[in-house]
Amino acid sequence: MDWVPLIITGIKVFFFTFVVILPLIAYSTYAERRVCAIMQDRVGPNRVGIPLTLLGFKKDLSFFGLLQPLADGLKGLFKQDLTPGHVRKSFYWMAPALTAIPAFITVCVIPFGSNVNLFGHDVKLVIADIGAGPLFVFAIASLSVFGITIAGWSSNSKYSFFGGVRSCAQMISYEIALGLSIIPVLMVFGKLNLTDIVTHQSEKGWLLLPLWNEHGSVFSGDYWAHCGPQWLLLLPLGISFIVFTTSIFAETNRMPFDLPECETELVGGYHTEYSSMKFALFFMGEYAAMIVGSAVIVTIFFGGWSLGFGLDSALLQTGEGDWKWFAGFIHLGVFLAKTIGFIIFFIWVRWTVPRLRYDQLMKLGWVVFFELALFNIFIAALIIAAPHIGTLLTMFVGVPILLALAAIMYFITKSVESKRKVNIT
Amino acid sequence: MAVIKLKRPKLSWYEHLYLPSIIKGLLITFKHAVISVFGKATGSKELASSGLGVTMQYPEQKWDEHLPEYYRGVPALVTDEQGHERCVSCQLCEFICPPKAITIAPGELKSDDEWAKVEKAPKAFDIDMIRCIYCGMCEEVCPEQAIFLRQDYAMTGTTRAEMVNDKDRLYQIGGVREGLINKWNEVK
Repeated sequence: MDWVPLIITGIKVFFFTFVVILPLIAYSTYAERRVCAIMQDRVGPNRVGIPLTLLGFKKDLSFFGLLQPLADGLKGLFKQDLTPGHVRKSFYWMAPALTAIPAFITVCVIPFGSNVNLFGHDVKLVIADIGAGPLFVFAIASLSVFGITIAGWSSNSKYSFFGGVRSCAQMISYEIALGLSIIPVLMVFGKLNLTDIVTHQSEKGWLLLPLWNEHGSVFSGDYWAHCGPQWLLLLPLGISFIVFTTSIFAETNRMPFDLPECETELVGGYHTEYSSMKFALFFMGEYAAMIVGSAVIVTIFFGGWSLGFGLDSALLQTGEGDWKWFAGFIHLGVFLAKTIGFIIFFIWVRWTVPRLRYDQLMKLGWVVFFELALFNIFIAALIIAAPHIGTLLTMFVGVPILLALAAIMYFITKSVESKRKVNIT
Repeated sequence: MAVIKLKRPKLSWYEHLYLPSIIKGLLITFKHAVISVFGKATGSKELASSGLGVTMQYPEQKWDEHLPEYYRGVPALVTDEQGHERCVSCQLCEFICPPKAITIAPGELKSDDEWAKVEKAPKAFDIDMIRCIYCGMCEEVCPEQAIFLRQDYAMTGTTRAEMVNDKDRLYQIGGVREGLINKWNEVK
């Protein structure tokens, strides 16, 4: 039996979860607090550092509070782990793990970079290079709702239960929009393997930044002669991006959609009865889901680990089209930079957009996003099919069908709206 | 009671899209972040901020020079220009003190003092700063202008006994106060 691939996979699992994702989780909590503080004209945690004064020095080293996550983790570990008497013990103990584990499992299909050649072994910087990337992410990520719902139910208190039920309803509503919104993207790529998707984008332009393709970039080559369909596709892909990103916000229970844990209404949410490390696990699961979410968005819409502008093939490939041995490291850096940028965007949105009311949330999910995503598929299909079916068919059959569909959907949306108004007055 | 019927404002299609207003909101928070990082947040000058937002970073920076005159800090006893202790141990402050923080043991002046047999002075005067609520009633009730609330606020100690200000400490904190009504001065 050949042990080498097994050992390499083990190293990759260790590296990506413990060296990349866990510190990223820790520091996104720190970034969350610092960024929100700065947006609200405050300072945020800037004290925790190396306490040199304890050793007799004059001053502490604070490093802008960069050791704050460490202090938080220690606090989580050393706090009393209280299990209230009125809970369902087995489920209560299981729930935090059920929330955290799916978020960590989804890490395995995310391509962190291209290839690294170490000691004669060509290592792909992805743990499991499977052919159903995004589907696997959706399938596993949506399992985390079980953890939240079970936590709410087993806590045996009204508010926790409300939090769990809300989370359940929210997940179901936005899962559909999430799944539908990605179909136009998959139609463009024609494949589901995330590594292939990224390679495709590095050659033919990022989905939302089509400034280059296989004929050259904006500044050179035959780009302008071939960029038409790319720019036309921006319409459905832009809608896809908005629906997908918003649904990811809802899936990860982030701010505009954090109804399961809104403190003002529910005391704390599904984790009201939890303390110490169990609570911290919920927290970690949530942030891991956020990181995986932004990684998926980056991979699908912003070219994953690729540098873009055709630089990948120019700088990092040998003549035969293979990656140079260090290409993977540069790609890993690029990917992390993009992902961190998106995490900051998540935080930025959280401290800008106020929380939706529950009926608004449901309406947005079922009436607006569901239909928009559905309609979006038809737009994308028409644009992709147009060159094959000819101008005549496109203009006189495709476009009218599209308009009719739009009218029907608009009518449905309106009818829901008017009924709601009658109920109020 | 007059009933005022309010109508929901009618949104234009532009407002119905939500996205433009969300982007507007994002720009507002971003502007705030930039301004706050460069130390130009609204009110940062008046609040003497540390250069990040409007926050003053406490142990390094202090609010002392901005304290208003009427600030109520640690209560202390004062002496006047002639070096007399002004307290005559009438115990009014002890009786009015709501949390009963003040304990006074009344005593005589020394027999060689020229005001002996005329006035009294406290033998011991303790203010328990763990109990004190900084209400300023002792200052208000004092007929002799002997006790004042100072601007010190950072009273710390590691034991309960350390937090009790005795007479020496009170005079040390209070110091000399000039311009009080001076009944001890014969010239006037």
